[in-house]
Amino acid sequence: MDIASDSGRAGIRENLTPRWKKRLGHKGMMFGIPFFALFLFSFIIPFFYALWESLYVRKSSGLGIGTAATHFAGLEQYLRVMKDGSFWAGMGRVAVFTCVVMPLIMIFALVEALLIDSAKARAKKAYRFLLLIPYMVPSIVSTLIWVYLYSPGIGPLRRMFLAIGLDVNFFSPQMLWVSMANLLIWMNVGFNMLILYGSLTSIDPVLYESAKVDGAGELRIAWSIKIPMVRGTLVLTCLLSMIGMLQLFDQPLLFRSASPETVTANFTPIMTIYNYTFTAGGDYNYAAALSVVLAIVIGVISAIVYGVSNRKER
Amino acid sequence: MNRNAAPIRPKANGPLSRWSRPGVLIALALMAFYAVAPLWWLVVSVTKSRIELYNTSGMWFGAENHLLENFHQLFAYEHGLFFRWLGNSVLYAGVGSVVCMVISIMAGYSLSKFEFRGRGFQMGLIMFSFLIPTALLTLPLYLLFSGLHLTDTVWSVLIPSFVNAFDVYLAKEYIDGAVPDELLEAARIDGAGEIRIFRQIVLPLLPTPAATIFILTFVGQWNNFYLPITMLRGSDKWTLSLGLFSFMQTKQNTLFDPTTIALAGAVVSIIPLAVVMIAMQRYWRSGVALGSVKG
Repeated sequence: MDIASDSGRAGIRENLTPRWKKRLGHKGMMFGIPFFALFLFSFIIPFFYALWESLYVRKSSGLGIGTAATHFAGLEQYLRVMKDGSFWAGMGRVAVFTCVVMPLIMIFALVEALLIDSAKARAKKAYRFLLLIPYMVPSIVSTLIWVYLYSPGIGPLRRMFLAIGLDVNFFSPQMLWVSMANLLIWMNVGFNMLILYGSLTSIDPVLYESAKVDGAGELRIAWSIKIPMVRGTLVLTCLLSMIGMLQLFDQPLLFRSASPETVTANFTPIMTIYNYTFTAGGDYNYAAALSVVLAIVIGVISAIVYGVSNRKER
Repeated sequence: MNRNAAPIRPKANGPLSRWSRPGVLIALALMAFYAVAPLWWLVVSVTKSRIELYNTSGMWFGAENHLLENFHQLFAYEHGLFFRWLGNSVLYAGVGSVVCMVISIMAGYSLSKFEFRGRGFQMGLIMFSFLIPTALLTLPLYLLFSGLHLTDTVWSVLIPSFVNAFDVYLAKEYIDGAVPDELLEAARIDGAGEIRIFRQIVLPLLPTPAATIFILTFVGQWNNFYLPITMLRGSDKWTLSLGLFSFMQTKQNTLFDPTTIALAGAVVSIIPLAVVMIAMQRYWRSGVALGSVKG
């Protein structure tokens, strides 16, 4: 990522006075003002506000209703987060889930991209469109469709499995993970396929020619040329989906409406934060501390993955 | 992209290739079936009455067509509340992404083509913000907005949607490559003002990133769930997603079964997103590739 790519620009402006240049710079800065003003208001301030809130604790004094007093507590909330078993259980649940589902999504997307890449032109176009259809479905609708497909009452899946002699409850504690994984795969494969296919098409076809001359089959070409060439894209898309998945919220919330006893209120970290904010008495300070800890975890993971992938590419 | 190079490729002639062609097509057909079958179920189910839903095969139509009846029920629900949700979603996603597109391109232009103090710092802020999950910000935004009496208003959902650091980055990267400095210099020598240069010279060069930013933000807003469910209380300000969620919720605790309404609502909420995406696919496909290569 090149922040300053202004080689050559200086050459053109040699003949301009420094004062003029400075004025031009100020004018240019004006274009960024709407964005940065809103960025300050809806990003920077909330960011520090969350840090600030997380350092306070709100305790109701005595019997009084509405006489809760807020006072500075230092890192007390963070100690509470560290000891919060259900929050870390949710974090672990989501982390393990992410580690299992992410590779599945990526492998699936990669296979799709490779298959489309090796199909004929007309089939290419048609399948790229068909496989992308789930991406065009709003995420809440995808979840709704699958929750109904899984449901014992109207869902066809239960009946299909019964027909082959299997009685599957898709919302049972064991199956729930499979059900949710399938939903996320269905939702996310198309978009990742598109990105991977995009980077496959940018490979120079000359490489394939020489490989074929050397007697390489199509599988060999896919394995030894295509996959290594898209590895950078693969890592990046992996990272993006991973950050998204650690913030899992909508899907478990809808599954919760279908099976509240399996999907608890603190099922994922974001659900825990939402729960503390709105249902468990509005403990904003604690919810803020939880948000900060979640952000740190995600930030650290992203930094590590990003660092590792950058080093490998060099 | 390399379409013109395809004819040069020699015909596949390994021992594998004889069956690999039909093999590829069969594998693709299976994957396409997986992608499309759930939607087929939705289309079939929306034509059924409540009783048929429970008693007939899910993958084929029932004896009678109840499509119009189901839509009528949906539109009549709470005196057309569904239309409000539809309107709200269009408002949040449409206005949000247009404004986001404009200010992101302006900011990207500023960062790409001007030198001023604090530019590096601004760039650093944008990079830093990539690491911060939006979920961290939703709660403090809620607290902040409730202090300003903005929660439960359209602004609470609209304002955060205007700001997307990744879009600014995308715009900056694109402008770096697509807008030559010489063009701007020439216009300045001719005496054109900066605003005029931006509107008449720079903007016409940027349909691709503009469309990309618009579509990515539109999809993001249309799918947005955590922010609206946090901010909005009154059902008259809800989005389609919140409305559908409320249908799912009411199922458990009342005698009223909203399944048919929920299915009809699901069909309606797919349409605007699909229309926008299909109409603009030329742009966002290339834009997505651009984002992934540069990002």
